[in-house]
Amino acid sequence: MLRNITIGQYLAGNSVIHNLDPRMKIIITIMMITALFFIDSFLGYALFFLAVIIIVYLSRIPPIRILRGLKPVLFLVMLTLILHVFFTKGGDLIWRWGFISIESEGLYTGFFMVTRILLLVVFTSLLTLTTSPLELTDGIEYLLGPLKRIGVPASELAMMMTIALRFIPTLLEEADKIMKAQMARGADFESGNIVKRARNLIPLLVPLFISAFRRADDLALAMESRCYHGGEGRTRLYELKIGIRDFIALGLSIILSLIFIIF
Amino acid sequence: MALIELRGVDFSYNEMEAPALKNINLSIEAGEFVSIIGGNGSGKSTLAKLLNVLLLPSAGEVIVGGMNTFAEENWLKIRQKVGMVFQNPDNQLVATRVEDDVAFGPENLGIPSPEIRKRVDQALEAVGMDRFKDYPPHNLSGGQKQRVAIAGIIAMEPECIVLDEPTAMLDPQGRREVMDTIHYLNKEKGITIIHITHFMEETVGADRIVVMSQGSIDKIGSPLEIFREIDDLKKLGLDVPLAVEMAHELRKKGIKIPDILSINELVDSLC
Repeated sequence: MLRNITIGQYLAGNSVIHNLDPRMKIIITIMMITALFFIDSFLGYALFFLAVIIIVYLSRIPPIRILRGLKPVLFLVMLTLILHVFFTKGGDLIWRWGFISIESEGLYTGFFMVTRILLLVVFTSLLTLTTSPLELTDGIEYLLGPLKRIGVPASELAMMMTIALRFIPTLLEEADKIMKAQMARGADFESGNIVKRARNLIPLLVPLFISAFRRADDLALAMESRCYHGGEGRTRLYELKIGIRDFIALGLSIILSLIFIIF
Repeated sequence: MALIELRGVDFSYNEMEAPALKNINLSIEAGEFVSIIGGNGSGKSTLAKLLNVLLLPSAGEVIVGGMNTFAEENWLKIRQKVGMVFQNPDNQLVATRVEDDVAFGPENLGIPSPEIRKRVDQALEAVGMDRFKDYPPHNLSGGQKQRVAIAGIIAMEPECIVLDEPTAMLDPQGRREVMDTIHYLNKEKGITIIHITHFMEETVGADRIVVMSQGSIDKIGSPLEIFREIDDLKKLGLDVPLAVEMAHELRKKGIKIPDILSINELVDSLC
C-alpha cells in the first residue's frame, strides 16, 4: 500500500499544457492569480472561468480530479460566505431575525469572495496537476537563479527538494516497518485519547529519526564521492527549453490579464 | 606507474582510540581486480574511503593516478577517476528517477547535456538496467538499486571502482547480479575493481586478494595462494569457500587434489 504512494497531485499526461515549460507555467500562474484580484465583476469571473475550462479541456484532466482538489478549502469557503453574509452590511434588507440580519451587500460580497477563492485554488491546482514535482523543482530553481547573486542558494534548495521527494517513499516504508516491529513488541498506536496517542508515537519517531540521520550521513558521503560540490558549474541532463508554444501561452495570458486589470 | 599507491598510510578516527589503519603499503595496477577481505573492524572500509578522498591519511600518502590526495585541487579529479559504491543501496541514490540518478555524477562534473544523455544510456546498458530508466528507485529490488548505483559511477567514466561491501544487504539473487556486473566491467570495459567484502566466495574470481586484520595487511596473494593457508584465515575469523574447505579436508585424509577454487573444479578433479 505504502509503496504506490504518489507525491503531490500530479497526473501524468502528454497534453499541450503538460508539455509547456515549467518556468512559463509558474510565471503564467502567478500572473493570472494577480490578475484575478483585479476582477471586480461577475462577468470578469465568467471570462476567467471560461479560460479555466479551456485549459482543463486542453490538459485532458478529468474535471472530477479538480473538484476533489477543492475539498480542503471547503471549510474556508463556508466560513468566508457565512462571515460576509451575516456581517457585511449595506444595500437592501433581505431577512431579519432579532439582531441577526442579512443584507444584499453581504450576500453579494460573500459570493464574490467565494468565487475568487475557488478560482484561485482551481487555477493553482492546474499547475500542480500538470507539472511533475521534479519539473516544478527545476522551474523554481531557474526562476530563483537571478537571486543567487544576493546569496539565495537556489540550486541547493532545489537539490534539497529533490532529495526530500526521493526519500519520502523510503522513509514511509521504514516507518511502516518500525511500526510493525514495535507492535510486535506490544506497542499500541491505536487506542487512547489524542495526548496518549501522541505519546505512543515516541517509539516510532525516535528510531525513524535516528535512521533518517544515518541515511543523511551516508547520502552525504555518496554525494561527495560523486563529485557534488554545490550548484556551481553543474549541468543538467534535461535542459529546459522555451519554445514558440510557451510564448503563445505567455502572450495569451498577458492579454487576458490586461483585460482583467483594465476593465 | 601503479594506478593507486598507498605508502606507509596510518589512519585514526580520533587520537584516543587505537588507529584504524597502521602502516599500509599497497599498490594497485590499472585493470586489476583486487578483493579486500577482513573481519569487522579490520579497517577495510576505512581503507576504501582513503582512495577517493573521503578521508585523508593521518600519516603517509595516497597517490591516485599520480595525484596526491592531500592536494585539494586534485579532489574532484580523483573522485572522478575512482568511483565508490557503498553498502546500503537506498542511501546512495539521489534522484527520483533512475535516469536522473545516473546523470547526477556527470552533472556535477559540468558535462554538456547531449554528452550526459549518451553516457547515461551507455552506463545503464552496461549494467543491464536500460529498461528501468524511468522507474523511481524505491520500486527496484536491492540488486537493481545497486546496479543503478554502479551505473551512476560508470557514467563518470572512472578508471577504478571501489565497492564497499556492495552485496552485504542483498539476497542471493541480487548478490549474483552485482558480482556478474562487476566482473563484466572488469573484463569487458577494463575498469579496475577494488572489491571489499566479507563473503569469501566472492573473492574467488579476483586477480589478487588482500587480507586485512586489525588495521594492517595480513597477506596479499592470488586466490590460490591465499586459500592454501586455510588455518590462518580461520584464525582471523574468515570463512573459506565450501569447495576449498572440502578439498582441504580431503587432502588431510590423503586424497590427492590439485589447487581448486570452485565447486566445478572440485567435481572435475574428483570424478
